[in-house]
Amino acid sequence: MKAVTTGRIHSWDLSTGVDGPGTRFVLFVSGCPLRCLYCANPDTWHMRDGREATVDEVMAEIEKYRAFVTTAGGGVTITGGEPLLQPAFTGEVLRRCKEAGLHTALDTSGFLGARATDELLADTDVVLLDIKSFGAGAYRRLTGGELAPTLDFATRLDRLGVPMWIRYVLVPGWTDDPERVDALARFVAGLGAVERVDVLPFHKLGAVKYEALGIPFPLRDNPVPDAALTESVRARFKRQGVPAY
Amino acid sequence: MTATVTADDTVTAAWRGFAGTRWRELIDVRDFIQANYTPYEGDASFLAGATERTRAVWEKVSSLFPEERARGVLDVDVATPSTITSHAPGWIDRDRELIVGLQTDAPLKRAIMPNGGLRMVENGLKAYGYEPDPFVTKVFGTYRKTHNDGVFDAYTPEMRTARKVGIITGLPDAYGRGRIIGDYRRVALYGTDRLIEAKRAEKALLDGRPSSEHVIRDREELAEQIKALAELTRMAAAYGCDVSRPAVTAHEAVQWLYLGYLAAVKEQNGAAMSLGRTSTFLDVYLQRDLDEGTVDESRAQELIDDFVIKLRIVRFLRTPEYDALFSGDPTWVTESVGGIGADGRPLVTRTSFRFLQTLYNLGPAPEPNLTVLWSPRLPAGFKEFCAQVSIDTSAVQYESDELIRPRNGDDTAIACCVSAMAVGKEMQFFGARVNVAKALLYAVNGGRDEMTGDQVTPETAPLTGDYLDYEELSAAYDRVLDWLAQTYVNTLNVIHYMHDKYAYERIEMALHDHPVHRFMACGIAGLSVAADSLSAVKYARVKVIRDSTGLAVDFVTEGDFPAYGNNDDRADALAVGLVESFMAKVRRHPTYRDAEHTQSVLTITSNVVYGKHTGNTPDGRRAGQPFAPGANPMNGRDRHGVAASALSVAKLPYEQARDGISLTTTITPEGLGHRPSERAGHLVGILDAYTAAGGFHMNVNVLDRATLRDAMEHPEKYPDLTIRVSGYAVNFVRLTREQQLDVISRTFHGTL
Repeated sequence: MKAVTTGRIHSWDLSTGVDGPGTRFVLFVSGCPLRCLYCANPDTWHMRDGREATVDEVMAEIEKYRAFVTTAGGGVTITGGEPLLQPAFTGEVLRRCKEAGLHTALDTSGFLGARATDELLADTDVVLLDIKSFGAGAYRRLTGGELAPTLDFATRLDRLGVPMWIRYVLVPGWTDDPERVDALARFVAGLGAVERVDVLPFHKLGAVKYEALGIPFPLRDNPVPDAALTESVRARFKRQGVPAY
Repeated sequence: MTATVTADDTVTAAWRGFAGTRWRELIDVRDFIQANYTPYEGDASFLAGATERTRAVWEKVSSLFPEERARGVLDVDVATPSTITSHAPGWIDRDRELIVGLQTDAPLKRAIMPNGGLRMVENGLKAYGYEPDPFVTKVFGTYRKTHNDGVFDAYTPEMRTARKVGIITGLPDAYGRGRIIGDYRRVALYGTDRLIEAKRAEKALLDGRPSSEHVIRDREELAEQIKALAELTRMAAAYGCDVSRPAVTAHEAVQWLYLGYLAAVKEQNGAAMSLGRTSTFLDVYLQRDLDEGTVDESRAQELIDDFVIKLRIVRFLRTPEYDALFSGDPTWVTESVGGIGADGRPLVTRTSFRFLQTLYNLGPAPEPNLTVLWSPRLPAGFKEFCAQVSIDTSAVQYESDELIRPRNGDDTAIACCVSAMAVGKEMQFFGARVNVAKALLYAVNGGRDEMTGDQVTPETAPLTGDYLDYEELSAAYDRVLDWLAQTYVNTLNVIHYMHDKYAYERIEMALHDHPVHRFMACGIAGLSVAADSLSAVKYARVKVIRDSTGLAVDFVTEGDFPAYGNNDDRADALAVGLVESFMAKVRRHPTYRDAEHTQSVLTITSNVVYGKHTGNTPDGRRAGQPFAPGANPMNGRDRHGVAASALSVAKLPYEQARDGISLTTTITPEGLGHRPSERAGHLVGILDAYTAAGGFHMNVNVLDRATLRDAMEHPEKYPDLTIRVSGYAVNFVRLTREQQLDVISRTFHGTL
C-alpha cells in the first residue's frame, strides 16, 4: 500500500492576474531555504509553522473551485514558501490537478530546481520563476543562497520546453543595477520558453507580519521604486525582445 | 388634390419597414423587439464621443450641482402638489436640448408629492429651510387623506412597536413605495390614443362581472389609468410633442419614451423609479434611421446622451433621515441592458453600447443605474466593454440573465437594484426588510429588545444558560421568526392596501397589462451576522453576559468558528437554511391582492443604519457596528478572496429569494491583475464563473485613487476598506501613511 503523501501548508487563497493567468486557487506551502531581505511572507519560512495536510485534503478544497477557476480562465498555483522543498507533495498535487483538467503553475525561486522531477515538470503548465538577482554575490547577499541552481533550472526548463514567466522583484539599491538587469535580460532572452517577465515593484506590506512575528524587517527603511524606475527596468527587458510587464 | 393626413397614415409612417404581426394587433413590445432588432456582436470601436452640443448642455446643468450639494436642494416649488400636468414646461437649454421635459418648470427644482404623506413633505421642506405652503397643508391636512395617514389608521400596536425598534425597518409607509416599472416603450411604439383604446377594452371586459370589491377597484383603477394617459398626452403637448400617435423617428421614439417616464416621476416619489429595458427597443428606431441615412452615429449617441442627462437629474424632495438611510439621494433609475433572448440570440445591440458609453461622454455617475443582464453567452466584445467600463467607472452592476430568463422571460428589467420584473406584466409591492440579526437576539432574550429592554414579541422564556446551546437557540429563533414573518406580511398588507387607495401609480400602471402579476417583495437584512452568530454557537462556545434585568447584552466567544464567505459549507449552510426557512414562513401568510411571496437579501446601503440599531451579537460584532451589505460576508471575515466569498453567496438559493440576492465586491485595479490590459478579460472571467456557479448579482467597485486618498484623510469613513495585495488582504486605514501612499502609487501608476 502506498503511503499517504502529506505536506506542510500555510494557507490557500484565490487571486486574479497576479499568480499566473486568470483567477487561480493559490496554495501557499510552508518552508523556504532562502531568506530574501524583501520577503513579504516571513510567516511561510518554517515548515514547522505550517499545518499538515494530505493531498486529498488539498484536492478537496481545490475541487470546490475547479469550475470557477476554469471558467475564469485560470487554474491552480502552488507557491510558498518554496514548493520544491516538498517535491513529493508538490508533484502529487500538480499531478492530481492535471488529472482534474486544471491549468497548473509552479511559483519557485528555482534554488531547489534539481529536486523537481521531469514528471513533476510535465504536470506543470507554467513555471513562475523568481530570479531574484543576476550576479552570484548580489544573489547571496539578497537571499542567503546561490544563484547557479536557479540558472541551471531555467536552462533545464527551456530544454524541456516548460513555459516560464520570469518574476523579478525590483528593490532600489539591491536589484536596480542597470548592468545586472541587462545581463539578466540577455539571459532570459536566450531562453525560448520564457513567455514574459513581470517586474514587481518591491512593497512593504509584509511589515505588519514581521511585527507580529517579532522579527526585524531588514528592508523596513529601504525606499520602494517609483514608477519611472519600474518602467525603465521593464524597458531594459523589452529591449532584449522579452515581453515585460 | 389635397392630401389629408389620417391617423392611419401616421401609423403607416411610424411603422414603416417594421416586421412582425402580433405586436400590431395587441400591445406587445417584446414581440415587436424580437421581430425587428439587430443583434450586435462586435466591439466598442464604432462608438462616438460627446459632441460640443452634448457637452454644452451637460455643462449647463452640471454647473448647478455644486450649489445643490451645498444647500441640499437647489429649489422647491412648495405650493404646487405635483401631478402629470401640474407644472409649466421647463428646459435646461432650449436651443440645444434634443430630448425635452423636466419634472417642474426648471432643472433640479423639486416638486412636492403629498399623496404619499404630508409629514414627509413638511419635514423635507423644513430641513432645507422652506416653509410649508398653508394651502397645501390645509388641503392635505383637512380634506385629502394621505397614504401615510391611512397606514397609521390601520396599524396595530404590535406593528408600530416592531417598526419603532427596527426589527421591521425601512417600510414605505410614509413615502412612495416605488419599484414599479411602467413599460414606457409603449408610448413610443403605439402612442397614447391606441393605449387608451386598449385600456378601455380591458375595462369593458369587467362590465359583465358582478360588482365585487375587487372588480370595483379594478374598474376604478383602469379609469384612473385612462385619465393618466390623457394627462400624459397634454403634458407632452406642452412640450410640442404629439404622443397621441406613435413615434415616427428615432428622435421621437427616445422623446416619447422619456415623456412616459417623466409623467411617472412627476406623479410618484417612489423609492426606486426604474426605467426598464429600453436600449434594444430604441435601437430598432436608431438602426432604421441610420439605414435611411437620416442620422449618423454621432447623432445616435447624442440622442442617448441627452436622454441620460435627463435621467441623471431626476430629483425628489426627501428628508435628511431618508437620505441617511440610503446614503444619499438615490432614485434608482435602473436601465437593464444585455441578456440573451429565448431564441438564443443576444439582446445586445449597438444602443446597449451607447448607454454604457454615456459614462465616458458625460463622466461616471450612479444614475441611471446601469445594469447588465449577464450571461457567459453574451458576445465577447460586449462583455469586454462592460468590464472595461466597470474598471474605469465602477458604475455598472451585473445580474444573472441565466437565473432571470427562465423565470421571468427575456423581456425582464430590474426594478431598483435586484428585483426582476417582466416589463409591463409584473409589478411588486416593495416590502423593505426585517432584521434577522436582531431577531436572533430576541430569541436569546425572550422577545425583549436588546437595546431598549422593551418586550416586542409576545413574551416567551428567555434562554438562561451561561453558554448558548445551539439546539435551544435554534428552536427559540424559529419561534421568533414565525412571529416576525406573520407580523411582517400583515404590516405590508396594510401598507400596500393604503398605497393603492391613496397614492396609486396611475401612469405606471397604465403602462402595464391588466390583470398584472403582483409580487409581495419581502426582504431580510443581517444575514451574515445571523449566520456567523449561529456558527459561533454551533462550532465554538458562546458565553452570555447579562445585565441586572437578565437581558443578554454581550457575548464572549471562546474558540474559532467557520464564517460565512469562505466557501465553507459548515457556515454557508446556516445562511442557506435561514434564507429557506424565512421564505417558507413568509409564504404561510396571505398577501394583499394575492401577491406572490418573494424575498430579497439586499440592504442597499442601509446596512449601516440597521447595524447602528442592533446590539452585540454572538459572532463578535459589536453593538452599533454596521452589517455587511446585502448578502455579503462580514467585512474581514472572508479570508480567501473575492472568488471564495462570491461562491458562498452563490449558494443562497435564488428560488427562495426571487426578489434578488445582492453581493458587493470591492477590488483595486491591481486585484484584477498586474497588467492593465489584462484586467477587463480577468473581470469577464470572474463574472462568467460567478454566473455559472449560480450567483445572481454583483456590484463591482473598482477603487479609484480618489477613494483611497479620501480614506487616508478620513479613516473614520472607511473602517472596513480592505486592499488585497498579491494573495493577502490588509485593512487600508490601519496601514502607516507611507504604506498607504505606496499602495496608491503601486495600484494606480500608469493607469491614471
